[in-house]
Amino acid sequence: MTTASAFATSRAEGRATLVGYLPAGFPDVEGGIDALKVLVDNGCDVIEVGLPYSDPVMDGPTIQAAAQQALELGVRTTDVLRTVEAVAATGTPTVIMTYWNPVERYGVERFAADLAGAGGAGLITPDLTPDFAPEWIAAADAHGLDKVFLVAPSSTPERIEMTTAACRGFVYATAVMGVTGARATTSDLAGPLVARTRAATDLPIGVGIGVADGAQAAEVASYADGVIVGSALVRTLLDHAGDRTAGLRALAALAADLADGVRRGR
Amino acid sequence: MTTLHSTYDADDKGWFGGASGFGGRFMPEALIAALDELDIAWQKALVDPTFGLEFDALLQNYAGVPSMLYEAHRLSEHAGARILLKREDLNHTGAHKIRNVLGQALLTKRMGKKRVIAETGAGQHGVASATAAAYLGLDCTVYMGEVDTERQALNVARMQLLGAEVVPVTSGSRTLKDAINEALRDWVSSVDHTAYLFGTAAGPHPFPSLVLSFVRGIGDEARRQCLDLTGRLPDAVAACVGGGSNAIGLFAAFLDDPEVAVYGYEPGGDGVETGRHAATIHAGDVGVLHGARTYVLQDADGQTVESHSISAGLDYPGVGPQHAHLAATGRATYVPVTDTAAMEAMALLARTEGIIPAIESAHAIAGVVELAQERPGQTLLVNLSGRGDKDMGTALDYFGLGKARPVADPQAATPEQQ
Repeated sequence: MTTASAFATSRAEGRATLVGYLPAGFPDVEGGIDALKVLVDNGCDVIEVGLPYSDPVMDGPTIQAAAQQALELGVRTTDVLRTVEAVAATGTPTVIMTYWNPVERYGVERFAADLAGAGGAGLITPDLTPDFAPEWIAAADAHGLDKVFLVAPSSTPERIEMTTAACRGFVYATAVMGVTGARATTSDLAGPLVARTRAATDLPIGVGIGVADGAQAAEVASYADGVIVGSALVRTLLDHAGDRTAGLRALAALAADLADGVRRGR
Repeated sequence: MTTLHSTYDADDKGWFGGASGFGGRFMPEALIAALDELDIAWQKALVDPTFGLEFDALLQNYAGVPSMLYEAHRLSEHAGARILLKREDLNHTGAHKIRNVLGQALLTKRMGKKRVIAETGAGQHGVASATAAAYLGLDCTVYMGEVDTERQALNVARMQLLGAEVVPVTSGSRTLKDAINEALRDWVSSVDHTAYLFGTAAGPHPFPSLVLSFVRGIGDEARRQCLDLTGRLPDAVAACVGGGSNAIGLFAAFLDDPEVAVYGYEPGGDGVETGRHAATIHAGDVGVLHGARTYVLQDADGQTVESHSISAGLDYPGVGPQHAHLAATGRATYVPVTDTAAMEAMALLARTEGIIPAIESAHAIAGVVELAQERPGQTLLVNLSGRGDKDMGTALDYFGLGKARPVADPQAATPEQQ
């Protein structure tokens, strides 16, 4: 199943798509797989698996702390691919969100081949824009993988045009000028950005960065095709570091609330 | 401002050596508009005589530039080659850094922004940024790894006295690389009114080229001064390389002179073979860090490996992409220098010339003394990029100064011991 089909299904149901993020290897590799399956079971339509990286410039303290924990426990790129394989086996489209250097290090073509082999749907690349991505675009095209590039409130019309033209699957609209992290209120920059992006492409548009609960998800779902949530989900596990069962319970409750939110938004 | 360019400069997309080479721009889309804005403003400034005159006047009247080229007779006698020192340590704030920040701060004013942020390792770039901000009336925030705030407490105090806010960074290795990450996070959130004064000739395009344009006066001046003094070009030029701004500033004026050999001295820490070092070109692999493809100290999965150097200013696991290009093409040779050799060279220069260099610059002194063995009698031009006041705490601990144990006489040491 591709991300496009997940977005199409949601659209047919008259609602936005819920995209849930957790880094692989957090709290450990098997625990991370369990947590991602909880997201699947509680209404996430697309799963985003983070590849923990030592220098995550776009991430706020919550995701950074989880990624750092994963790295300290020795998570490897191969573990991330194994995580994708386990989650994709549920039938839910699964993409990796990764900074670029680990992909170059693994080998771009080899990474694309192994991701496709694991059943992965594609990549979200927060520090790789299409104008510096010819190698990834070629590899993704060769393996039929989604290329999810980001647009931002600061993107010019020309860059939105160029970026959306290079995307496959969906377009990731960053709702705020800032790093990842749940926020008390949703961004007033996201709506105009989605409108500008929609004028440039027929692809679904997912909005990420800052959504913390079902109410905010409903608000974003009123104008976006997808609602992308990461930090708030990670936070539930960080808040229950000593009790994995309680952490998964809290994760399930938040995912269900978010899933309800994307259904209330239209 | 100079208009001299070498054939080793980047293309207009920031690539050194073409699109499969080094450099480029690997950055979040949120920052692309700011990088483009900066690029356009810089390009316009480069061809605007008013900006050039203003920059040159500021360097001359405020920073004390051009710095002198000094013939180090006693060091030359010790080493067995004619050693010339480009005295960037005599600039205002004590290092070459002031050239870069004055250029970037002037550009910030021109762009109408009121706030600057910077990252710093040793504190030299932070002090220079705080100084330029104070002089030009800009708000300034400096990110500094917590480890570095401890080993460079004097520079923290300087920045605070100059009116800057110093933010200790507690993530990752709590050194320069993490300070850059934190500064980038700030910039993503504040880009509409804030300029990022990047501290070295690294990072995403246009920073490597932009920084070079502000520091290439080092080499242009040294070239003229060497011709005036000796009647010919030097046989070799040398500098320490962390991120590599002082080095590229010197090298740029000589890259198209094939008869001039080019040497960069990397921080070898405890020795490259120990794994505790920051010799990025010597021991790193091609990768992407902080927005550019370059050599990076990284593990098999592309995770950045923590670097080590006794010099906070060189303690960085990446290097400017132009250096990567110069290394890959063989135009420049990069050699690691250990902490021990650098500290011995610090004492050597102090004892032979009455000049206490920054530990960064001491790496270059150590390297060039070694190089003199291969090039006896030749003229070797070294960039003395900064003064050692900031490093006296480290020197005090290292040499046991102020205690009963005397500092060994470096002139009595054999070359192998150095």
